[in-house]
Amino acid sequence: MTETTATLAELLIVACAEVWRDDPEWLATGITPIPRLGASLAKLSFNPRLMITDAENMLVETPAPLGPRDTSPTVEGWAPYARTFDNLWGGRRHALVAPVQIDRFGQTNISVIGDHVRPKAALLGARGFPGNSASHPNSYFIPQHNRRSFVAGEVDHVCSVGYNPKRWANGRKPLGLELRWIISNLCVMDFGGGDHAIRPISLHPGVTIEEVRDNCGFDLAWSGEVLPVTALPTPEALSIIRALDPHDIRATLIKGNPSAQRIA
Amino acid sequence: MFDKRMSIDDIVAQLRDGMTIAIGGWATRRKPMALIRAIARSDLKDLTIVSYGGPDVGMLAASGKIAKLIFAFVSLDHIPIEPYFKAARQAGLPVWELDEGMLHWGLRAAAMRLPFLPTRVGIGTAIADHPAFRTIRSPYDDGETLLAMPAIRPDVALLHVHRSDEKGNILTLSPDPFFDELMARAAAHTFVTAEQIVATQDLGLPSNARYHLVERSLITGVAEAPFGAHPTSAAPDYQLDLPHLRTYAAAEGEGWADYHRKYVAVDDAAYLAAVGGTDAIRAIPAPVY
Repeated sequence: MTETTATLAELLIVACAEVWRDDPEWLATGITPIPRLGASLAKLSFNPRLMITDAENMLVETPAPLGPRDTSPTVEGWAPYARTFDNLWGGRRHALVAPVQIDRFGQTNISVIGDHVRPKAALLGARGFPGNSASHPNSYFIPQHNRRSFVAGEVDHVCSVGYNPKRWANGRKPLGLELRWIISNLCVMDFGGGDHAIRPISLHPGVTIEEVRDNCGFDLAWSGEVLPVTALPTPEALSIIRALDPHDIRATLIKGNPSAQRIA
Repeated sequence: MFDKRMSIDDIVAQLRDGMTIAIGGWATRRKPMALIRAIARSDLKDLTIVSYGGPDVGMLAASGKIAKLIFAFVSLDHIPIEPYFKAARQAGLPVWELDEGMLHWGLRAAAMRLPFLPTRVGIGTAIADHPAFRTIRSPYDDGETLLAMPAIRPDVALLHVHRSDEKGNILTLSPDPFFDELMARAAAHTFVTAEQIVATQDLGLPSNARYHLVERSLITGVAEAPFGAHPTSAAPDYQLDLPHLRTYAAAEGEGWADYHRKYVAVDDAAYLAAVGGTDAIRAIPAPVY
């Protein structure tokens, strides 16, 4: 066993970074701090081809650290919203975003909880989720793995297209639909089951498959095999993460800031 | 005399109940807020608002001006959920919810005088379930079924820009022009508020040519409104006022009447004094994303 003082947030940043490991030269977008740190870590540690933005409208040569900073990274290009759409419709992007709900088809929701006409809770609105999901690869980050986020049936308002042929036009898969990974606070999943069913591929240290399944509103593709443990951050990764997040904002993102290694 | 200058109240006097109004900017950036506050003070009602929404939508919703909202999101960015939008939405405000790019596409269709533009965006999602949509099959060999995004044709577009001359040659100096150009092209009339109205030779053209948003023939009227985007940003002239946005957001509910009395039911000079004065606005540091 590797002894580590890494936190769960740091383990998740490393797991998020992995989604971009083999990507070609295109835009890596991580929305919310942990995915953003993941994209930054991927670019700095193993995939310098990736393009990233300053989270506003410039492409930057090196990732901007989170929070107040004395210097700004060198700008290498312009990314206004019009160009963001042109780029994403062309398919040259892999986004890792954080929906509120996801269902067994990989359809996600950030619009409303409850009925769309008179919602129990109004959230952001669909934003760019429909276009992203029909245009380029997407992965999802869901830091609270439970039955309210991994829902039975369909999500309350389908904002991003998933592997649900009943919703596709004439049953034909949208050209750019490609769902890759889901990273939760319990495990890493992909869409490698039958008919793209969601399948756990590694469990975070100390997590059991029973806990993953009990906290999911639908059946995961799992045939009884023993799953690997999600990799702990290396000292090199931790060092990069500290530089990318000098104010330790990551310590505030998961309730109680637990260790990456659960006490059994 | 060829002069399109007018006051903010003159612009509001051009608006009618039931109009469809597109509002430029994006969330907390370059919203024509002085004009929005003037609409909030007016008797106008039953407006259909088209916006990449921020406090413009929230303030008009709180003031009971919106009959229908056409949107893809409403957010204060640093305060992700716009509280007035949330309250109105949960009380049943009628909406047509789109993807951000579909909104862009609907404006572009109108700008090109096309009935629709085809897109893959929305296919497979609940967005496409809205009865306003039809699909179209590609007439080429691919045969793909696409969504026919209908043209969005506002009666009026309201934009906030950095500079204008008296003829409506306008510059947006901020790093992102957003979709203001398409709103101007899609709308029957466009009114702008400008940080400064200057002589044509002082627009800095042709060096500033890339900031020249749209031909002046599309601009019906221009009102000078220094700090007219506050509390949203008009960078590089000034940044968004996050403390004020927090004050605004915290006032939702019982605090709205007090907020309205202090910041909405006042003239522009009193507003700028109430929010701390122009030097304080100029001194606001850039936000960190």
